[in-house]
Amino acid sequence: MATVSTPTTSAATRPALPAVLRRPAARKLLALAVVAAVLVPLAHGHFGSGAWPHALTVDFSKPLADASDWVVDHRDTHPLFLYFFGHISNGVVLGVRAVYLALLALGWAGVTALGGLAAWRLGGVRLGLGTAAAFLACGALGMWVPTMQTLALMVVAVLASVAVGAVLGLGAGLSDRLDRALRPVLDTMQVLPAFAYLLPVVLVFGIGVPAAVLATVVYAAPPMARLTALGLRGADPEVLEAVESLGSTPRQRLLTARIPLARKELLLGLNQTIMMALSMAVIASVIGAGGLGDRVYQALASVDVGAALAAGIPIVLLAVVLDRVTGAAGRGAGDSDRPGAVGWPYALAAAAAVALAARLLGRLDWPSGWTLDIAAPVNRAVDWMTAHLYSGVPVVGGTADWAGHFTTWMLDPVRSGLQWLPWWSVLLIVAALAWLIGTWRTALTAVLAMAAIGALGVWQPALDTLSQVLAAVAVTLVLGVATGIAAARDARVDRVLRPVLDVFQTMPQFVYLIPVVALFGVGRAPAVAAAVVYALPAVVRITAQGLRQVDPAAMESARSLGATSRQQLWQVQLPLARRSLLLAVNQGVVLVLAVVIIGGLVGGGALGYDVAFGLAQGDLATGLVAGAAIVCLGLMLDRVTQPVERHAKKGA
Amino acid sequence: MRVRTTALVAVALSAVVAGVTTGCGAADMTKQASPFANAGGAKSVTLSVQSWVGAQSNVAVAQYILEHKLGYRVDTVQVDEVPAWDALSQGRVDALLEDWSHPEQEKRYVDDKKTVSYAGGLGVTGHIGWYVPTYLVKQHPDITDWRNLNKYASLFRTPESGGKGQIMDGSPAYVTHDKALVKNLKLNYQVVFAGSEAAQITQMRQFAKEKKPFLTYWYTPQWLFKKVPMTEVKLPPYKEGCDTDADKITCAYPHTPLRKFLNADFAKSGGEGAAFLKKFRWTTEDQNEVSLMIADQKLSPQEAAKKWVDGHESTWKRWLS
Repeated sequence: MATVSTPTTSAATRPALPAVLRRPAARKLLALAVVAAVLVPLAHGHFGSGAWPHALTVDFSKPLADASDWVVDHRDTHPLFLYFFGHISNGVVLGVRAVYLALLALGWAGVTALGGLAAWRLGGVRLGLGTAAAFLACGALGMWVPTMQTLALMVVAVLASVAVGAVLGLGAGLSDRLDRALRPVLDTMQVLPAFAYLLPVVLVFGIGVPAAVLATVVYAAPPMARLTALGLRGADPEVLEAVESLGSTPRQRLLTARIPLARKELLLGLNQTIMMALSMAVIASVIGAGGLGDRVYQALASVDVGAALAAGIPIVLLAVVLDRVTGAAGRGAGDSDRPGAVGWPYALAAAAAVALAARLLGRLDWPSGWTLDIAAPVNRAVDWMTAHLYSGVPVVGGTADWAGHFTTWMLDPVRSGLQWLPWWSVLLIVAALAWLIGTWRTALTAVLAMAAIGALGVWQPALDTLSQVLAAVAVTLVLGVATGIAAARDARVDRVLRPVLDVFQTMPQFVYLIPVVALFGVGRAPAVAAAVVYALPAVVRITAQGLRQVDPAAMESARSLGATSRQQLWQVQLPLARRSLLLAVNQGVVLVLAVVIIGGLVGGGALGYDVAFGLAQGDLATGLVAGAAIVCLGLMLDRVTQPVERHAKKGA
Repeated sequence: MRVRTTALVAVALSAVVAGVTTGCGAADMTKQASPFANAGGAKSVTLSVQSWVGAQSNVAVAQYILEHKLGYRVDTVQVDEVPAWDALSQGRVDALLEDWSHPEQEKRYVDDKKTVSYAGGLGVTGHIGWYVPTYLVKQHPDITDWRNLNKYASLFRTPESGGKGQIMDGSPAYVTHDKALVKNLKLNYQVVFAGSEAAQITQMRQFAKEKKPFLTYWYTPQWLFKKVPMTEVKLPPYKEGCDTDADKITCAYPHTPLRKFLNADFAKSGGEGAAFLKKFRWTTEDQNEVSLMIADQKLSPQEAAKKWVDGHESTWKRWLS
């Protein structure tokens, strides 16, 4: 997840009175203790303590291996594939191909002109120039063709996600029952780490573009659905009443009033969907999506950070441009009588003229001499860094020593502690945490998710992954909240940080993997380091925003009472921003999990390695079980850290 | 408003087009070329690249010759071997240039379904084994026999190996029996998976820089030997069939002549490109030369291929005749 939705509602809730807070919490814990007192002796007597009991596991490897064989053997003959999946697959291939051919036909000049002029119409001169510059930069980095491939893939994936999301959102917006039913589904879709569900799509569609597009749709459709529903529900009732009094049919009301009124939310949904889809571009390269992601992935294989960066930068540029352009379109949607709507035909004509001119001059391909080699200097910098930081730094020790200490003093104790805990006590802890922070429903989901992990027979590796997540989240929170506080209290820090955070948030995770290995060696430590880097921006942002939104009146009164700056922070700002801090924890956990799994590629082991193994060896039994366990782990972690009433905020 | 309607019309139109072109009759899952193939009327070939550098070298040189001598447009997709077989059978990629023996896939796709066809040897023989750096062998000459490994286990301890010695394995895509070997040979070692070849190489170079001891799963041909000289550890010798039961293995890895496979349709009707790929055959030294340029000197695969092609005209001329 590259972009993180930050809360927009004011976090200025009243501080809860301790007495009120304590009573329901105590009641919940008491109830749980009673349940435990009855069930634990039973469970202990029946299955023993220690790791998850063997009697409660179900072995899926045989049926999964059979299913996998069946699909491969029947994929060319069975009607299900010939008449259903085959058409989906062909449709995707045709769609991507059509867009790709169109982009190639426009040529680099045409695409740059079209992008720049469209951005200019939607967001002004600066955005237009910026967009054109971004396209030129993609070409200058020698990535023109891969950029066009990724763009073609994105166009189709985003259109499909928007279609799926809009249909789901339309349903949820018009029917309360569907809304209730969809909400947990969408929640779950957003929590799932994408790496975990690549395998099933690959099995059905094979390696390549169709599988990549479908995996992207699963990942990117939820924000669209959520925001469509939100927009439809939020339509001004007075306007609707007025339209109704005119005697219009429900269909007319929908088309002429509710959808236009929800335009802002729809565009925001589009924006979020684009960002999510782009962040999938690289992960999908593991299953042969091609394009920029594939270049990053190939560069990784030859340990070439510079080349990975050269392919990563266009992804960042595309993300920034698309974010700004759709953002500008969303803002523009508010004022209907925007000047310059007449400019469109001119803009399009200009773009067409440029494309035609380039075509006549025979300059469709990016000129091969116009590339800038950034790989060599970047690699030199990385080499220098690792040569001087890896070990033997006086006093503080090298990064390898840190990694060793972190592994021995933090990861190992947490892992052995978790694995030492009796299985039922893990379930109890999960239940208690989830119930204290949410409702009995969240607690039940969390416990069932954890139990499912045990039933799948991957209890030990799952706890290994969990230990890495906990360690990474701890580091992320310490660093992230501290930075967030600094950013909230000092505008200069904030200004400096903003572009850095932008880059970290959109830079594909794979680009980090090699530098972290070079710095921290192979093992769990680099996985944790990469996860921290990736999750940090979201935590910093949410913390800073939460602190800034603290009611100025409260701050003012604290100041007038003579509170020092430190007292203001600890006794006013932080308690008042509690909700934002909880959201930061939640987002931190979800993002960390996503990267810790990819850490399987640098020696993180555990579930991440199993997923990678399943993908590499086509071993559905290993890969899918590990994927399912990751999904359960994600669900559990989300529920345990989920502040109540998050639904209204997330994605908005 | 106008823009929105035109966009809507465009979307609807493309949906209709997609529906008309795909909607009638059965879809053929064995003909699923990449959408980026044959773009703009150019003849094109899609090559699968595996994650190790040797495979990148094969592809780089093949790509260079296809593009510059035969006028093809080449697409490359990074896929591990097993999924590459599947992609070959569907036509998403046209060629797999370096296969390290996958009997199960071969039986399924070549013999039964006939969607993949054998395209001759690569000319390179692969061998997997356990390796220690040569500087370590100078200090402990008897370390190269598996029987002595337990004596040295403490040398190889790392934070990840849990008190035992660490043997580092690489990418999950690789053929490995190391877990079974460690268990069956009663070695006091822990297999630690680096998770990718990139991570493994990075770690080995860091170790070598400080002359630290390490024991690793590794293979030839490999360019890294030129940078980090390593010596193979003798395991109980390989005999035909000693690796059939993966859980009971106690023998070394075999020497495997590496082979090429093409999509069956492409092999039949792929014209010059397919004929060239069938003839493509070079030596271990050739491959290492290109690999070293890519991985160590950090040339782009295309630059490395150009350098090699410029210097070895007699070799590649044979592939085109």
